[in-house]
Amino acid sequence: MTDPETTTLAAPEPAGEGLDARLVVERGSFRLDVELTAAPGDVVALLGPNGAGKTTALRALAGLVPLTGGHLRLDGVEMDRMPPDARPVGVVFQDYLLFPHLSALDNVAFGPRCHGATKAEARAQAAAWLERLGLAEHGSAKPRRLSGGQAQRVALARALATRPRLLLLDEPLAALDARTRLDVRAQLRHHLAEFEAVAVLVTHDPLDAMVLADHLVVIEDGRVVQRGTPADIARRPRTDYIAHLVGLNLYRGEAEGHTVRIDRKSTIATTEDLTGPVFVAFPPNAVTLHQDRPSGSSARNLWHCEVTGMETHGDQIRVALTGELPLAADLTTVAAAELGLRPGARVWAAVKAAQTHAYPA
Amino acid sequence: MRPPSLRRGVRGGAPLPLLLPALIGLAFLVLPLVALLVRAPWRSMPELLTSTEVWQALQLSLVCATAATAVSLVIGVPLAWLLARVEFPGRGLVRALVTLPLVLPPVVGGVALLMALGRNGVVGQWLDSWFGITLPFTTTGVVIAEAFVAMPFLVISVEGTLRAADPRYEEAAATLGASRFTAFRRVTLPLIAPGIAAGAVLAWARALGEFGATITFAGNFPGRTQTMPLAVYLALQNDPAAAIALSLVLLAVSIAVLAGLRDRWMTAS
Amino acid sequence: MIRTVRPTRRMLQVTGAGAAALLALSACSSSDGSSSAASGSSASGSGSPKLSGEVTVFAAASLKESFTTLGKEFEKAHPGTKVTFSFGGSDALAASITGGAPADVFASASPKTMKVVTDAGDASGTPATFVRNQLEIATLPGNPDKVASLKDLTGSDLKVVLCDKSVPCGAAAQKALDASRLKLTPVSYEEDVKSALNKVVLKEADAAVVYKTDVKAAGDKVEGVEFPESADAINDYPITLLRSSENTETAKAFMELVRSAEGQKVLNAAGFLNP
Repeated sequence: MTDPETTTLAAPEPAGEGLDARLVVERGSFRLDVELTAAPGDVVALLGPNGAGKTTALRALAGLVPLTGGHLRLDGVEMDRMPPDARPVGVVFQDYLLFPHLSALDNVAFGPRCHGATKAEARAQAAAWLERLGLAEHGSAKPRRLSGGQAQRVALARALATRPRLLLLDEPLAALDARTRLDVRAQLRHHLAEFEAVAVLVTHDPLDAMVLADHLVVIEDGRVVQRGTPADIARRPRTDYIAHLVGLNLYRGEAEGHTVRIDRKSTIATTEDLTGPVFVAFPPNAVTLHQDRPSGSSARNLWHCEVTGMETHGDQIRVALTGELPLAADLTTVAAAELGLRPGARVWAAVKAAQTHAYPA
Repeated sequence: MRPPSLRRGVRGGAPLPLLLPALIGLAFLVLPLVALLVRAPWRSMPELLTSTEVWQALQLSLVCATAATAVSLVIGVPLAWLLARVEFPGRGLVRALVTLPLVLPPVVGGVALLMALGRNGVVGQWLDSWFGITLPFTTTGVVIAEAFVAMPFLVISVEGTLRAADPRYEEAAATLGASRFTAFRRVTLPLIAPGIAAGAVLAWARALGEFGATITFAGNFPGRTQTMPLAVYLALQNDPAAAIALSLVLLAVSIAVLAGLRDRWMTAS
Repeated sequence: MIRTVRPTRRMLQVTGAGAAALLALSACSSSDGSSSAASGSSASGSGSPKLSGEVTVFAAASLKESFTTLGKEFEKAHPGTKVTFSFGGSDALAASITGGAPADVFASASPKTMKVVTDAGDASGTPATFVRNQLEIATLPGNPDKVASLKDLTGSDLKVVLCDKSVPCGAAAQKALDASRLKLTPVSYEEDVKSALNKVVLKEADAAVVYKTDVKAAGDKVEGVEFPESADAINDYPITLLRSSENTETAKAFMELVRSAEGQKVLNAAGFLNP
């Protein structure tokens, strides 16, 4: 973009900076149709269950899968017909795909070399990137000698070394064990925050998505089911999948003032005053369980339920219940033992209205 | 690396149903060679080894087999890549055609080469009238005949390795700005190097022992087209002892070369 | 894969057929007759021998056409007999015989290969020459290079193929060249007479020094040129009964047919000379 005239010719309508895409990929009976927009500096997470089409969307952005429809513009430049090697895109693959025959340094230098740098220039740039990612002393190591976290950072350095305008990360933390994951996630967040162009990451882990991204796009079955900030989506999930991901009990019903009627047989009292179709959500730890019907409790919601399953969840026990409402409740191991909980046991579940959250559907 | 061992853990040696056929297989391959060694005319060996014809034939064999391997590499590796990586109609048929020289009796292969590249051949007549190039009865002809017979081994070996190699490395290279050719040269080629080496060794060995296609297409003239196998065959007509001796020379040289290469790879990897 | 296999096989057949036509000249056949077992040598009167049983004849490849004809005549004349042939290079046949192959008669293309068998003690009686074969120059049809003598092959830039000196036709050609003090550098020393001839049939070579019988068998694909020097290198074909024969009467009868006037007529027709 050195010649201003070419710039105007290439983009007659001065389009905004950043990513503007509608990705349509049809393959057999599967159809992906996802709209994505992002400004430079944004980190967008595509979140969704396996097979939802997240990775296909990522590969379409990289040019590894051709679009069957829609459009793809990056910084105002049409990109949907460009071969992958011509796109200003960097990719961090799920298992990194570091070239096993090249040292970490040469892996990172590969991109600059392909973009015309001399061997010496490319290696100098690569060394600078490794330095920046705290890998200065691992330059000569072959990928198989690197730890998972180091390999991930080399992959990031390799993708960044081509100075992409769009950085794509496919499940960047999935290949790591739980302990390194925590560290690497924090570092990645730091590096993504520094990155000046658009970053899109694909993950099925809501925590990764919420920690790393500014915007979440939730994809189910090839379509966007919800988009928004992490906080927004965590508070107001719109599908069971998201609710389950963020660990909320979610119901859809009809509101009349402070009461939401679910399935005609049970109701939930809320603090919001709404009418019409709404979602109601509350976290499992808002639920208290009682052997006998509590009296004089300030809780406004009370249901008689049956325990269907229990599993440990961190230092807590998550109890699955059925009855008037299917719901999940979290309680401490001690509390669970005192209540004598076991599958088949009948208990009372209580939730304060103040701990529910209702919003229009 | 752990040295391979027959003994593994508490469960004792290799199981008999495997060990027995394995040993029979080994004996089956080695016994004829042992017989050659036993019956070899060791006394006349020095005299044979000082004959210029033998050295000529040996030198020609090594040069031609190496050249045929080089030719196979230059055109066979891209062919293997095409078969493994590019979808095109009739790919199955093309793959079958590539393996054709494996089933064709080499003498028929030689005749087919004459029909194609001979002075009067389908393509050969144009080579002759336009460029004045005739291939039969030349050392180049030997290389062509050997490459024709040996290249399928290389192509099959390399294609197998390519299929086993992860194509996503090429995608990763593409996202870094590498053209398909750069990706092939700088990523795929180094990744499949062991397969290429194995294929090249197979092709070289096959070319070194090539007889039928060579004598049919290139004829037999000492110093120009008479390779060791041809010399061995013709010696067999008159003097079987000399033929055995020549075969042993060929065997010894090929074993030396292959063992030498193997050592170099082992230390390189 | 079925889709791909079929065209491949078809191609193979085409190639194979073409090649087979070319190589038919040098093909070795061994018909495997499993008729009535040899009934041993029955001592019968010399006046009217009652012959029976199977006879196996190992014969030089150049004898294929004539011997096949004679074998059929023999079987017709002596119902109950069967003549089985194994045609091949004389050296290979001699090696098989000394290696223990069961055969009754050996007809060789050279005294030298016959000597291998007699030296090994595998022959019964003394071999006798039954035909002779003379060298001829095979040229392209119409003899475009106007070859008239062996000398014409030496100076020019013709592509000439000779048999290798280790096989009889090569030895004979060398003898003829030596006798006439000529020096000839061929483009190739072929491994046998048929491949030498094939190079001319395929027009890869301009001329080959081969046997008259081979030129005759090739029909109009080559043109034969007789040359005076060939008188110095005429090849004798010896025939002998083998020691391992279990049907000597019938075997001897077949050998007699070969040497009879009738047999010689068939052999002459193929280009052989009388001994």
